[in-house]
Amino acid sequence: MARFGMVIDTKKCVGCMDCVVACKTENDVPDGHCRDWISQRLQGEMPDLRLTITSERCNHCESPPCVTCCPTGASHVQDFGKVVLVDHDKCIGCKACLAACPYGARFIHPDGYADKCTFCMHRVERGLAPACVDVCPTRCMHFGDLDDPESEVSRLIATRRHFVLKPDAGTRPRIFYLE
Amino acid sequence: MNRISRRRFLKIAGFGAGAATLAAASNRSLGGAMPAGTGGVHTVPTYCDICFWKCNAVAHVRDGQLWKIVGNPDDPLCRGRLCPRGTGGIGASIDPDRLRAPLMRHKARGEEKWVEVTWDEALGYIAERMQTIKAKFGPEAVALFSHGIGGTFLKHTLRAYGITNSAAPSFAQCRGPRDVGFNLTFGEEIGSPERTDIRNARCLVLIGSHLGENMHNTQVQEFAEANGNGATIIVADPRFSIAASKAKHYLPVKPGSDLALLLAWMNVLVTEGLYDTDYVTQHGYGFDYFKAELAQYTPEWAYPETGIAPETIRATAREMARHRPATLVHPGRHATWYGDDTQRSRAIALLNALLGSWGRKGGFYYPSSMDVPAYPYPPYPKSDRGKVDNPNQRYPFATEALTSGIREATITGQPYPIKGWFVYATNLIHAMPNQEETIRAIRALDLLVVVDVIPSEIAGWADVVLPEATYLERYDELNVETFREPFIALRQPVVTPPADQKPNWWIARELALKLGLGAYYPWHDIEEYLDYRLKGAGLSLAELKQKGLVRGPQQPLYFEDGVPAEFPTPSGKIEFYSTQLKDAGFDPVPRYTRPADGPPGSFRLLSGRAPVHTFSRTQSNPVLRDAMDENEIWVNGDVGARLGLRSGDYVRLRNQDGVISDRVKARVTAAIRPDCVYMVHGFGHTSKGLRSTFGKGASDAQLMTRYAVDPLMGGTGINVNFVTIEQGA
Repeated sequence: MARFGMVIDTKKCVGCMDCVVACKTENDVPDGHCRDWISQRLQGEMPDLRLTITSERCNHCESPPCVTCCPTGASHVQDFGKVVLVDHDKCIGCKACLAACPYGARFIHPDGYADKCTFCMHRVERGLAPACVDVCPTRCMHFGDLDDPESEVSRLIATRRHFVLKPDAGTRPRIFYLE
Repeated sequence: MNRISRRRFLKIAGFGAGAATLAAASNRSLGGAMPAGTGGVHTVPTYCDICFWKCNAVAHVRDGQLWKIVGNPDDPLCRGRLCPRGTGGIGASIDPDRLRAPLMRHKARGEEKWVEVTWDEALGYIAERMQTIKAKFGPEAVALFSHGIGGTFLKHTLRAYGITNSAAPSFAQCRGPRDVGFNLTFGEEIGSPERTDIRNARCLVLIGSHLGENMHNTQVQEFAEANGNGATIIVADPRFSIAASKAKHYLPVKPGSDLALLLAWMNVLVTEGLYDTDYVTQHGYGFDYFKAELAQYTPEWAYPETGIAPETIRATAREMARHRPATLVHPGRHATWYGDDTQRSRAIALLNALLGSWGRKGGFYYPSSMDVPAYPYPPYPKSDRGKVDNPNQRYPFATEALTSGIREATITGQPYPIKGWFVYATNLIHAMPNQEETIRAIRALDLLVVVDVIPSEIAGWADVVLPEATYLERYDELNVETFREPFIALRQPVVTPPADQKPNWWIARELALKLGLGAYYPWHDIEEYLDYRLKGAGLSLAELKQKGLVRGPQQPLYFEDGVPAEFPTPSGKIEFYSTQLKDAGFDPVPRYTRPADGPPGSFRLLSGRAPVHTFSRTQSNPVLRDAMDENEIWVNGDVGARLGLRSGDYVRLRNQDGVISDRVKARVTAAIRPDCVYMVHGFGHTSKGLRSTFGKGASDAQLMTRYAVDPLMGGTGINVNFVTIEQGA
């Protein structure tokens, strides 16, 4: 059984927001909201500066607090790929998941439900990569099955130094950033 | 005087049977319905117009509405991946601020008070005014400002009418000094897309070039590729740019001292014998004079000018030498900075020459294009009055017409009056420095016609505004690309215009008919024109409509592949010493002059690009606006602390001439030197019609009341303005 994850090479990423724009059009994300975004962290003093750019989104955590806190079962882990999804019909827009997510990955869609990255399941089911991965002009993003040791994502994690966001939150994110 | 050669490149003629078959094998059909199970979605291949890079795209239409646009996988430019602007291209079509119908002003110029009129009325009025101008002043009194391939047909109509003055800001306000500097050295220009072999570079040197923020798709893709492959990146920039964050060596050079740094690097290469001696001996001209001249520019000399320590200058020069000839010192693109820009660009060219990178893998390749015969039009009328932009070759090495020269002639009426302007897809109010001069020129006109998609600031000054269909709603001229791999590409309509907007070709043709110039439009419909041209190349419109582009056979790229090492300069060699510069009274080897400082307590104003916007054209695009809706002013952290300024505070900027900007958000950061501030160009719109972006952020152009003119080619350097920060905005 597949367990989908993403690997993003921060060395190559230039923070151009193409992933953000592609997600917006692919998924009809309403104005003023986004399912993915760019963060920049600057450290040091001129000229010894270090900038870390991360393309961020729902981490599709192994231990997703948004799922455990959901009162209706709308937030769930789907079998296929172990992806965290929201069932719009079951969601009552109570925002418990927004508060529980340490990554700020969720927002309330104008239609009333909690919305966030789906890893573009509608594309993945057809054998395509998520829109953000497919558009990236720097080819810094990789998507695949973390349970398959031969997959590109598994090989990258095995061979490159990497980090996850907020490891202390105990959520065990499935998006890995290469240093 | 001007013996600069025009750009030389390989043209592949007789592109027909054999070659077409070969190329066709790699080209797939991209038009038509999507595979089953995707609902009512169909796709149309076309090429992008959100910037001028002209990436090939595939537009997806769902239930009759634009859904998304992705890169065409067959495109050598985008390799299947558009940049964020191209990805957000549908926003251009659905922008609620778009111009919808032809407009004629009914109050004073610039008041933006309009009456909607029919196309017949608008074009009839324009034609009548043009005939009056022609009768009183001659057809040369009408000038065209145009940017991009969409201006092709309007230019054709105006040439048929008899104009001689036509210019684009892309020369005197942008890449002109670079192309002239390289032409003076190698006899060839850099061109667009740049002939830079970034992906094969082992060492990439960027001087102020902020690839990644400056989102020229192919270049950014190759930058990431080279970086991923472990190429050494060296960045000199007063600001710690995204590119700088990828660099092994970041040199926070003092603004305006780039030429000093370049001279010191060359001094190290020559003094330490690290340059490519075989290459220089074989191809160089005047090297001994150059070497003697360079002796004075030691790293110790450069230190107080640049703020870069001598050991850093030496270490980076040695690093460049270590990787040569695959060391690419990038020529940049927007090069009009300080008025000495052609000489700085020439120094970049000479540094590349020392490294032997021109014509070599990982340096500069030789591009090629396919030969597509032009449509056989009648000859244009001849004029013996010359052009107004550069009288008496005041700027002897200008290779293209100067927008700023036409503006000046319009104000002075010399050497002859200019009474009409056509402006196509270039927002001159933001594109040219000193807005007051632009407005003064406009006041001297009898006719100002603006063709645009959005109500830009220049449209606000027009007598007649003609609303153009976006690239997603029109055909355009073929893109016969000159690139690493040649190709021919089609722009075709994906959807119909939402209101009474028209394609440029239709506007140009109808205007020609109104002017009695029907003989210049033997074709009735653009499809007829495109098919005629494509048939001449052994192709057809039907094929291009299916595929979007057809690639030509790969040609040799480097000297080592068999490209002849020829340099069409006066000496036939790479000119380390330029006799033509000497003869014209200029430095035959670049010399450094320290740029003047600003008033005490002021900061030099620098500007650049954001990856999600193009010039001042895209701020109202709802998709791109959602990604970035205002610009910021970058202020050094220590300066911010001294002023009590925090990130997010709104300020206004006052320049040395008392011009005060709109409110702009401060970004207080360690990532910029304390002697300058920086903002992204294109924001600070004042056009009332741009409701969604009106008053968002500040305009750098507004603050650029001063400009330093490059004496070689007339470029307008803009990094010579200084601002103070006014808080509590």
